[in-house]
Amino acid sequence: MTATDQLEAPVGDGDRGGSDGAMTRLLKSWRLAGIFIPFVILFVVLSIASAPFLHTANLINILDQQASYLDIAAAGTLVLVAGGIDLSVGATYGLTTVIAGELALHGQPGLAIVLAIAAGLLVGLVNGLIVTVLKINPLIATLATSFVIAGAALKVTSGNLVVLSATSSFFKFANAQFLSIPSAVWMSAVFVAVLALLLARTTFGRHVVAAGGNAEAARLAGVRVNLIRVVTFVISGGAAGLGGVIDTSRLLSAQAGSGGSQLAFTVLAGIVVGGTSIAGGEGSVVRTAIGVLFIALIGNGFNLLGVDPLYQQIVLGLLLIAAVALDVWARRRRR
Amino acid sequence: MTTGTFEDTSRAARTPGDDLVVAGVSKRFGGVPALVDVSLTVRAGTVHALVGENGAGKSTLGKIISGVLTPDEGSVSLGGVELTLRSPRDALAKGIVTIAQELAIVPGLTVAENVYLGAEAHHAGFLRRREARRRFRELSERVGFRLSPDWLAGQLTTADQQKVEIMRALSRDASIVIMDEPTAALAEHETAALHAIIRSLAREGKSVILVSHFLSEVLALADEVTTLRDGRVIRTVAAADATEETLIEGMLGRSLGAAFPEKTPPPADAEVVLSVEGLVAPGVRDCSLEVRRGEIVGLAGLVGAGRSELARAIFRDARAQRGTVRLAGRDLAGRGPHHSIERGLALIPESRKEMGLLVGRSVKENVSLSRLDLVSRLGWVSGTRERRAVASLLERTTVKAAGLRQPVSMLSGGNQQKILFARAVMCGPRVLIADEPTRGVDVGSKRAIYDLIVEMAREGMGVVVISSELEEVLGLAHRVLVMRQGRIVAELEGAAMNQQAVLAAAFSETSDDEHQGA
Repeated sequence: MTATDQLEAPVGDGDRGGSDGAMTRLLKSWRLAGIFIPFVILFVVLSIASAPFLHTANLINILDQQASYLDIAAAGTLVLVAGGIDLSVGATYGLTTVIAGELALHGQPGLAIVLAIAAGLLVGLVNGLIVTVLKINPLIATLATSFVIAGAALKVTSGNLVVLSATSSFFKFANAQFLSIPSAVWMSAVFVAVLALLLARTTFGRHVVAAGGNAEAARLAGVRVNLIRVVTFVISGGAAGLGGVIDTSRLLSAQAGSGGSQLAFTVLAGIVVGGTSIAGGEGSVVRTAIGVLFIALIGNGFNLLGVDPLYQQIVLGLLLIAAVALDVWARRRRR
Repeated sequence: MTTGTFEDTSRAARTPGDDLVVAGVSKRFGGVPALVDVSLTVRAGTVHALVGENGAGKSTLGKIISGVLTPDEGSVSLGGVELTLRSPRDALAKGIVTIAQELAIVPGLTVAENVYLGAEAHHAGFLRRREARRRFRELSERVGFRLSPDWLAGQLTTADQQKVEIMRALSRDASIVIMDEPTAALAEHETAALHAIIRSLAREGKSVILVSHFLSEVLALADEVTTLRDGRVIRTVAAADATEETLIEGMLGRSLGAAFPEKTPPPADAEVVLSVEGLVAPGVRDCSLEVRRGEIVGLAGLVGAGRSELARAIFRDARAQRGTVRLAGRDLAGRGPHHSIERGLALIPESRKEMGLLVGRSVKENVSLSRLDLVSRLGWVSGTRERRAVASLLERTTVKAAGLRQPVSMLSGGNQQKILFARAVMCGPRVLIADEPTRGVDVGSKRAIYDLIVEMAREGMGVVVISSELEEVLGLAHRVLVMRQGRIVAELEGAAMNQQAVLAAAFSETSDDEHQGA
């Protein structure tokens, strides 16, 4: 009791740590709040500027559209924190939509869900092994596999669009309503919450942070860095699979080219805007979720206000630069 | 290799330089005073040492003189002209060169390119390669380091990288050279070579400002010694009038007592906890050794003799080609560090920032990293149990931190090192291998770390201590193994365990190897 209390006590007039410690704490809390503040401001501004914005239907619609992005970005956060990056999520998403679409079309809704997610997990495993066993830079490795996966996805449908009917039971997977909120939103909420707890509260999460923060030190401290990295890639692939199934069910169509680099980069943008460091070693799933929704709000707001979508891209780009600059600055402060 | 004389290679030998005068300099960092009214004079052609504990202000003073920091009050003048330096490049132009504690090399460039970085021999922007080579050869001869100009700097050992830095500094015709812990990573013979260079610089009329933790080095090299404590000058004395005791007393404000704790060797029949037989691994050639319960075994040898490599091979971090490692009788099959830790072997690696710590993370996370399973259930970390466990470990290892959540980057070198000890204690090992346990650690913390090592052994742990500081190995160990070229070449115990014997073994003739090679 006494020792703990003493050590947890706020910094007094300690010699070196004093002002610097306070500064770091302030900076850290500001970084934590970083994405929340602009999010709240944007939310309030949109509520005032656009009458339809605050309607429940509009807000649920945003969440519904973002369900797959939230899943994939939450998992991508783990990959990034562990020191990797997964650019193949877009292609994996495309592959799993066509697998789910084809199987659902042939009257196998259960199999569609299971096999599509399994395909995502498999892709993640392959990515993880390429990165850890062959020791290929994850950026290059997942860029390369995304070409392979996209090609495989085209093969599945021969390039055709798969269209499903709203009467199939597969439709219910993402569109069943509970408390007037579609199951897609519930699933992504649960998935994000589980990953958030996994990263913040478990030994696995600590090992993810250690692997990305200093791989050498982590390994010598007994962390199985390669295993941890593979698992993050598997989670990322599985999330892409889940996202693919959700959107196939939600939109009742599947196409090999859906997702792609557009999805991979939008997800990455959400993670980075949320304040997770591209250098690895720190990050938060909750902030990623806010980051993804923040980008979605910009899109939604621009649509509602009738602003040229062109500006939406420009704003997003500037935002990314600001987010990364803040990260670099925060790291430099610590040296 | 002789450390040689090379005083007459410089044409400008014995030009009378100018005195460097620091007058009333104060510097604060966010309200915390780092230097208070510091005044001293560095006379031309002398070696002036700055000593003090970590945080006493030595490095800050060095940075002010070299223009990295600007003083809040006071001035620095050279030959009566006040210096206002805007950047390291500006300082270089005025003849002030720093060899810093933290290495600043570009890993992707070669040795020669690093040495001449920013001052490349060129003709209208095109590099003059032959000229650069000639200059590099001359410089190598002058300083007595043997480094190939074409090696990639990133692939060199820390000691060799440091040599690159030193060569870079010496290649710029400097009048004032500031050296911040230049020998911390060097082996004894390299240290001797550097000492010869420092002396010759002074003979050439240049001033050397030496910041060092090694008091014997300071006394051997310096003409004058300034002692700093809490940012203030305690006194400046001629080195001839100082002893290690008086310097330590000035640094601490009290006397330290004995440098090492009393030895308590284990009983002769203590069980063997670590036994290594015929181990062959990268950099390790057929090594066998035994460590008993409660025993402290020192591993001495030059940097590059294979000590750290042996440690990592025993820890099963490097893949062994042959040989066995047994921990308390059980074979330690090479399944990696995580498995070694589970079986009861802990390693404190040689470089705490690169290999030990998660620098940006908290004290708590750094301590508990290896044994999160002790404070978690089904993978779920219990905040309360973790805090309690870490707090008691910090108390035991005498870590001074502002809180469990303080990032370790904010701690002093000594406290960072103690964090690694706390982590190792939490592993509850039978055997601990501590590689360079006090590198870059201040005098006060050193003793605390020695106490900790001795206490751990007394409680029944077998300890292997690797150190480049011979005194440390001799002061702590019950038995010393000396390595050379990847082999254990001597085992010294009792009266045979002395400085001469260790050095003789470490340097012993390479003739047998040459015969084998021929």
